[in-house]
Amino acid sequence: MSADKPRSPIESGCPDGFQYMHPVMRKNYGAWKFHEHPKPGVLRHVGFSGDEIWTVRVGTQRILDIFSLRELCDIGDEFADGFIHFTIRSNVEYMVADPAKVEPLIKAITDKGYIVGGTKNSVTMLSHTQGWLHCDIPGTDASGVVKSMMDELIDEFRECNMPNRVHITTSCCQINCGGQGDIAINVQHTKPPKINHDLVSNVCERPSVVARCPVAAIRPAMVNGKPSLEVDEKKCICCGACFPPCPPMQINDAEHSKLAVWVGGNHSNARSKPTFQKLVAAGIPNNPPRWPEATAIVKNILQAYKNDAKDWERINDWIERIGWPRFFEVTNLPFTKYHIDNWRGARNSLNASTHIRF
Amino acid sequence: MAKKIYETPMLDELENGPWPSFISGIKKLRDDHPDERIQAVTSSLLGQLEHSYETRKGYWKGGTVSVFGYGGGIIPRFSEVGAAFPESKEFHTIRVQPPAGNHYTTDMLRQLGDSWEKYGSGLQTFHGQTGNIMFIGTTTENTQHFFDEINGYGWDLGGAGPCVRTAMSCVGASRCEMSCANEHGIHRHLVNNFTDDVHRPALPYKFKFKVSGCPNDCQNAIERADMAIIGTWRDDMKVDQVEFKNYLDAKGENGRQYYIDNMTSRCPTNALTINDDDTLTVDNRNCVRCMHCLNVMPKALHPGDDHGVTVLVGGKRTLKIGDLMGTVVIPFKRMETEEDYESLVELAEEMIDFWAENGLEHERTGEMIERIGLVNYLEGIGLEVDPNMVSSPRQSSYIRMDGWDEEAEKWFDRKAEAANA
Repeated sequence: MSADKPRSPIESGCPDGFQYMHPVMRKNYGAWKFHEHPKPGVLRHVGFSGDEIWTVRVGTQRILDIFSLRELCDIGDEFADGFIHFTIRSNVEYMVADPAKVEPLIKAITDKGYIVGGTKNSVTMLSHTQGWLHCDIPGTDASGVVKSMMDELIDEFRECNMPNRVHITTSCCQINCGGQGDIAINVQHTKPPKINHDLVSNVCERPSVVARCPVAAIRPAMVNGKPSLEVDEKKCICCGACFPPCPPMQINDAEHSKLAVWVGGNHSNARSKPTFQKLVAAGIPNNPPRWPEATAIVKNILQAYKNDAKDWERINDWIERIGWPRFFEVTNLPFTKYHIDNWRGARNSLNASTHIRF
Repeated sequence: MAKKIYETPMLDELENGPWPSFISGIKKLRDDHPDERIQAVTSSLLGQLEHSYETRKGYWKGGTVSVFGYGGGIIPRFSEVGAAFPESKEFHTIRVQPPAGNHYTTDMLRQLGDSWEKYGSGLQTFHGQTGNIMFIGTTTENTQHFFDEINGYGWDLGGAGPCVRTAMSCVGASRCEMSCANEHGIHRHLVNNFTDDVHRPALPYKFKFKVSGCPNDCQNAIERADMAIIGTWRDDMKVDQVEFKNYLDAKGENGRQYYIDNMTSRCPTNALTINDDDTLTVDNRNCVRCMHCLNVMPKALHPGDDHGVTVLVGGKRTLKIGDLMGTVVIPFKRMETEEDYESLVELAEEMIDFWAENGLEHERTGEMIERIGLVNYLEGIGLEVDPNMVSSPRQSSYIRMDGWDEEAEKWFDRKAEAANA
């Protein structure tokens, strides 16, 4: 190929996964009978054919350097059957058809410093956004928060001591790429953006920025003789939605970008319909490199859930049963005016009954 | 070439503790990688990240970078502090579509890793929140070289920007007894019909497909996808009474009470009865396929055989009007024949076309439906109303209803048609 002639892409799209699937999984595709959970981190699936596949689930640092990726492949080649599956929470899964391979595989994994667990009623890997490492609008880091929390929650990952599974998510801005979680640790800005008026007209498409504001708090203005934007700070909800389309509207602040904790997001239809997470704690310092205040609140909530919830109750099911007043009581978190919703649909969240626990 | 080593006292703290450390991994690239280019890039990256930790600010800004023939798929990153950390001043991420279901051979992972080592930083993530393999950190020039190489052996870019995004599906039928759908097939049929819309962002905003094989929705489709496809079944669930009794017996003398408290009484429609002889009766007409009892007793309870999918539209996260769950638009659709797959793809085309015409800039499908109302949306994409689409009928009387007779007739006509089919 000539070096100066650009190559046209092959628009192949999403590759067929069957070619990379463990042969036992390919053979039994759509014909699995049941699964068991012999121990934390290990699943045994049995097909109608009688075939078995054993899965060992592994937590990693997620941001993988090439050495670690090759190490994980080496383990796969030597101790598993050369196949790797990733869960949607970025855990690695090795699959083996022969149960005798399970223990040597676990040993190889743990010898290399990776963590076996994350199955069933454990605290599985935090879902993880990009943060300071790579995002253009982050209020905090993601990898560092996850690393710090997983250091503290590692036993809950390795064991299955929770009433049901716990999905924890992080998000580095209020767009919340991390998604819904049983517990979510999300950035919450508390001050309006600081505007660099010298740059706005060069960098920002002003009508788009005005349109982006959820509460119509931004309007075009001439500032120091230059076309710029101004923010009605009484209306501003400090969400940061103007920052991605207009970087001179700096929302991130070393002191005033805080963390908030939300609970009860659940994507499953099991028992109740899927639920969104609800605010429980805010004003938590964004405190690198270890974020101890946020971790302490998460551990506190997990402890209360573990003590009080019944088997199979997810955090939302548990709170539905005990009620929000008791949640704030058992977690010792303050209930404030900020917990009462005033966004669209807010009335649906108010108690229009005499259903009150005493 | 002596690389510059930055002091990283804060990041060093993240090397402590038992969980694997991404900082140790990046340092290993800096200190031990044979390629001086990778050493220098990762050293510079650590310097900038430490600077972020110290000042609690991010220092990347976006831009416009793509590969020849495409408009998207790359997350361009230029450093705002490139003068201080010059080796990583261009540090783009390349989004690559994973195979449906996230299955890999070690050989394929090594091949991808080798290519990235040649052109990038040696850092990668499986996978980002949109579902892509994230190859993190390369220059504008090497973006093209890396893409050319991996595209040559079967990998394509994912979506970034206002476009159809990379799709996601759960592990599903490849390893799960709950699966009621060919997630893999649905995933690829849908997203690969829209490769043009993946690679050339020209829509109001993002559009995501996610597929879960059962209502456990491990893929978070209802919450996060503009079009969620969830496997389900229509006939009776299967009950293995012997295994059911084994579950009770395994809990000893309290087995019965345990499963009454934790299984049958949690059934959202009270559709389960444990009989006096320790058998289970299921009121299948009232089962809403929530999956709770199947999750509790996977060996005894199993989905039925009449498989299909439920389709929901409009799930999304916060920006701009707040989080929205998807809404049912198709309660049940069989996915057996080629025509079934074609009609699902056609429905997706209708949805995307209607939204492309009617969505405002930066407005997701769910927000558009919120603005125009579900009925207008259904008319726009050619679907009839169905009571499964609502939690309850309207409670406000403030609506003009002078078309009532015609609408009621349509309902009876549709019912008659269905009865004759």
